[in-house]
Amino acid sequence: MEILFYMLAAVAIGGAFGVVMARTPVGSLLFMVSALASLAGIFVLMEAHFLAAVQIIVYAGAIMVLFLFVIMLLNLGHEYRTDLRGGLFALLSFAVTGALAGVLARRFGATGMDMAGTTPGGQAIDAALLEYGAVGAIAQPLFTDYLVPFEITGILLLVAIVGALVLAKRRVS
Amino acid sequence: MITEAMILSAILFVIGTFGVLVRRNAIIMFLCIELQLNAVNLTLVAMSRLWGIDGQVFVFFVMTVAAAEAAVGLAIIISIFRHYETVNVDNFNLLKW
Repeated sequence: MEILFYMLAAVAIGGAFGVVMARTPVGSLLFMVSALASLAGIFVLMEAHFLAAVQIIVYAGAIMVLFLFVIMLLNLGHEYRTDLRGGLFALLSFAVTGALAGVLARRFGATGMDMAGTTPGGQAIDAALLEYGAVGAIAQPLFTDYLVPFEITGILLLVAIVGALVLAKRRVS
Repeated sequence: MITEAMILSAILFVIGTFGVLVRRNAIIMFLCIELQLNAVNLTLVAMSRLWGIDGQVFVFFVMTVAAAEAAVGLAIIISIFRHYETVNVDNFNLLKW
């Protein structure tokens, strides 16, 4: 279990570095897919089975294919030299993100909560999984406590579809 | 495993921030933002081990918003590309000064 987690974490971090450093946008996208797939594996380890499936189907399937369509439609990826910011700016942003990493690691590393399986939330999730199954366990709160946000999400998706059509449509004049 | 997952999510978030800062290609900056969203999703799933399944419901909503954002953002990038023939963000300085 633990060794599986560390292997998936290594793949995720390597994929994330690949996204930032790949020479072409398509390569960057494929590294992103590998990072998303290993994150889905980590979701399975944390007993979020439905979210792992959605991660693969929606993120790695639909959204990444949308990115791939746009990259190939615009025929990008021939100007790596001008794409990376170099020199002082890269050093400065590396320092800033390093400081951010230090703060985050201190914040999360010092709490010392590693009680996998025996946590109260973990027990509740196990009980819900036993009672309703992998999909029902998340559908139960989604359609009772979070019904209004769920409906608002539907309206958001409708607005996004209309907005994307209006923005990307070629003007016919 | 919760602490390790939180540290992994912090690392992924920082790599995403670095990518947004250091690349000029708008689509790759956008991919790095998606990476940051995924780091936050990992945090929420890890925290659902402590406080129950509500965190997983939040991840569901975050994924929906990410899908909507990807559709609208890529449409904006396509429409910018039609105008400027590039996606290098240094060329988009209309609102800068």
